[in-house]
Amino acid sequence: MNVTELSIMTLWGATTLYAIAMVAHAIRLARVADDKVAARAADREAVAVGGASPAEPSAATEAAASSRPSRASKAAGIARSTTMVGALLHAVGLVARGIDAGHVPWSNMYEYTISGSFFAVAAFLVIQRRRDVAFLGAGVTGIATVALGLAMTVLYKDADTLPPALQSYWLVIHVSIAVLVTGLLTVSFIASVLQLMRDSRDSGTRWTGRRLRFLEAVPSAASLEALSFRLNAVGFVLWTFTVMAGAIWAEHAWGRYWGWDPKEVWSFVIWVLYAAYLHARTTQGWAGRRSAWLAIAGYAALIANFTVVNLFFQGLHTYAGS
Amino acid sequence: MARMKLDNYVVPEAPRLGFRGWLRWIWRQVTSMRVALILLLVLALASIPGSVLPQWPQDAAATAQFVADHAFWGPLLDATGFLDVFGSAWFTAIYVLLFASLIGCITPRAILHYRELRRPVAPAPSRLSRYEPVDASSPLTADDAVEAARAALRPRAGRLGALTGSRVRVDRRDDGTVALAAETGHIRELGNLVFHASLVLLLVAMAYGTLFTYRGQAIVVEGRSFTNAVVAYDTFDSGRLFDPASLDPFTIRLDSFDAEFSDTARPLHFQANVTFTEPGGEPVEETISVNHPLEVDGAKVYLQGNGYAPVITVRDAAGEIAFSGPVPFLPQDAVYTSTGVIKAPDVSTGEQLGFTATLYPTFLEGPFAVASIHPDPTNPVIDLLAYVGDLGLDTGIPQNVYRLDQSQLSPVRGDDGQPALLRVNLGETVDIPGGLGTVTFESLPRFVALDLRADPSLPYLLTAAILTLLGLSVSLFAPRRKVWVVAREEDGTTVVTVAALAPAHDAGVQAVRERASRAATGEREPE
Ligand code: HEM
Repeated sequence: MNVTELSIMTLWGATTLYAIAMVAHAIRLARVADDKVAARAADREAVAVGGASPAEPSAATEAAASSRPSRASKAAGIARSTTMVGALLHAVGLVARGIDAGHVPWSNMYEYTISGSFFAVAAFLVIQRRRDVAFLGAGVTGIATVALGLAMTVLYKDADTLPPALQSYWLVIHVSIAVLVTGLLTVSFIASVLQLMRDSRDSGTRWTGRRLRFLEAVPSAASLEALSFRLNAVGFVLWTFTVMAGAIWAEHAWGRYWGWDPKEVWSFVIWVLYAAYLHARTTQGWAGRRSAWLAIAGYAALIANFTVVNLFFQGLHTYAGS
Repeated sequence: MARMKLDNYVVPEAPRLGFRGWLRWIWRQVTSMRVALILLLVLALASIPGSVLPQWPQDAAATAQFVADHAFWGPLLDATGFLDVFGSAWFTAIYVLLFASLIGCITPRAILHYRELRRPVAPAPSRLSRYEPVDASSPLTADDAVEAARAALRPRAGRLGALTGSRVRVDRRDDGTVALAAETGHIRELGNLVFHASLVLLLVAMAYGTLFTYRGQAIVVEGRSFTNAVVAYDTFDSGRLFDPASLDPFTIRLDSFDAEFSDTARPLHFQANVTFTEPGGEPVEETISVNHPLEVDGAKVYLQGNGYAPVITVRDAAGEIAFSGPVPFLPQDAVYTSTGVIKAPDVSTGEQLGFTATLYPTFLEGPFAVASIHPDPTNPVIDLLAYVGDLGLDTGIPQNVYRLDQSQLSPVRGDDGQPALLRVNLGETVDIPGGLGTVTFESLPRFVALDLRADPSLPYLLTAAILTLLGLSVSLFAPRRKVWVVAREEDGTTVVTVAALAPAHDAGVQAVRERASRAATGEREPE
């Protein structure tokens, strides 16, 4: 087996494991939600019977939750291990691709996609070590499955040498941070979506159905907001850096630091949208839902920047799409 | 805790009439956070057409084509600035307003911040119950407990502590309790101000750059040189305040150009080997490649393109040389199929001659078509179509060297009455039908397109960019929190109450509160 085959095999393996992980994460969420609902019902019963005062429902809650711990924790175990092993295979696939190509694996859309999805999963695992964000797992592994699947089928390109325009250490600096940001903002995008759904469910306007009861298992809209803000803040600083590094590279390679090439236009749009998001968070009437929508718009622009812009717009960055 | 709302500049009620009142009202609106937000959104939206529609500054040819192809939309979009979005009046208006708003916003905030810095820390609130306080008993006296907490909250040495640490105040209240109030966050606001101010700096540096910048493009054939002077450039642009006399007349000679391609015609490496000579200086050998411009005299010389410049000799009917020299051909595809135009006005007899030509570096003739299969000059062939008549060079209007004005020319036809295709291999000569003369393909040097550019604003831009990034990081990551420790002695024991206030996303505040609490209750810091 050569490195090319190794890379393809491990990446397919990662795709499969992520798919399993996604299902396991989803099942776990549903179970946790069931348990919570059951616990709440048990609380109500207990209160009705008069055994416990409403001020101390937690004893009953815990009792109900611990009565069926195995189903949720089994799914959680499968989810955790498949995600971890998937990420490991993913990493091997990336490194093999890098060895195969003889350069960092982010010089065209295929490579950018396999790296970006890796960073998304990696960001999730790193955050997971610090605090429990397992509720993001289904979204992250779901997006990773789709991205990797698309990369392997539609975007796949054989490894090739770098064109002269990309032969620069700026490829490492500028693009690696861009890919990293994409991964990070993917995680925060999921948090923002959950925030909006959860918020709607809480206020009873939308997403109230039984099939979406998994929303009971995610944290409150306010804590999701806080989580996505922290990720967006890091993402925004890194994106600012990406844009600046890109400008410095453009100055080296093309003789101008900014020329409103389509890729530059969209990088600017992304930056402005996230800046708007940061302002919206502190503006009356915009904090909460509307600012979450802005973060989602920023993420959509980020994705558009390396799909639509690469595929349909002519510009100096065109080689990235080939 | 409640989210901080910084919407300080919105006027709630309608203004009274009067010109100055209106002015003030407009100013307040412009500098309100909500307007800044909307302007940001409008700015993002307004940029998008700049990536969707062809733009004059980026691609004039495609834009001209677009206008020609769309009889209604073309001229309309052009007139309304949509084909030069980033130079349009409305785009400029948006960002000028945004920056007006920005300056109007940060100036009062900077003043406020300065005053805030000089104001003493506010005392701890008398009732902490709103802030989820935690009580603990401590073996220390009230004074010692607070002192220990203060020491724990003190900035740690060597970690920019003086900037990031808490400002602290201790009060001995009348009821005998000792209250400590500690706050951090001024650095955050400072970072925010630096960030916004740096954006203004960035814009000013850009404006300065556009006034003094210059950029010229020159095509240089192997073996030839180029002198840095406005007239020597094929195209030259400069800012309004640029002084052409300031150009240093150095020369750059293209000794050779290395181009390497893979078997699949992917470019691997381009490098121009040049000799650079300052006026009165010694010649120096240098190289210029993609991503590695040559730095000269405050400017940089970039390798922007390359191609072939076949040396062609045209002889007229009398056998006299009507033209001889290298002609840069423009590459049309990845295998360097290149097109060019040869003009031979100086015929000794008869009408002027002109040619449109296609070069195939590695020529291959198939059953239906001819093509080049590799960019390297393995089997170079040029196909020409000849024209006779008036080249139109005497009108005084500068002509495009890559186009043949055919309005007063007629094609040279072969025996079959069709325009005659002349095919010439390297080193060969072909006859032009009708005894009009000959064309010789002498040799095949390469040319490079060199871009010389100077922008005196670059160091300022870089400084502003770094300040922007630093300010932003501080503004987003420096914590803004308040911590209170209140100690009182009750029946011989000391009760310590600790509470903290921070935004919802501040996960670190918990640790700080616990650190203060542990210190106040006499526990030692875990190392
Ligand atoms: C070129 C236009 C502007 C850009 C690109 C911009 C960008 C940003 C960014 C990225 C932040 C995030 C940093 C942080 O949250 O601390 C921020 C914060 C802030 N901006 Fe702006 N800004 C602009 C104009 C304005 C204007 C016109 C105002 C005043 C009305 C303003 C007021 C603020 C305030 C008060 C914050 C702090 C918000 C907070 O504490 O979270 N900005 N700005």
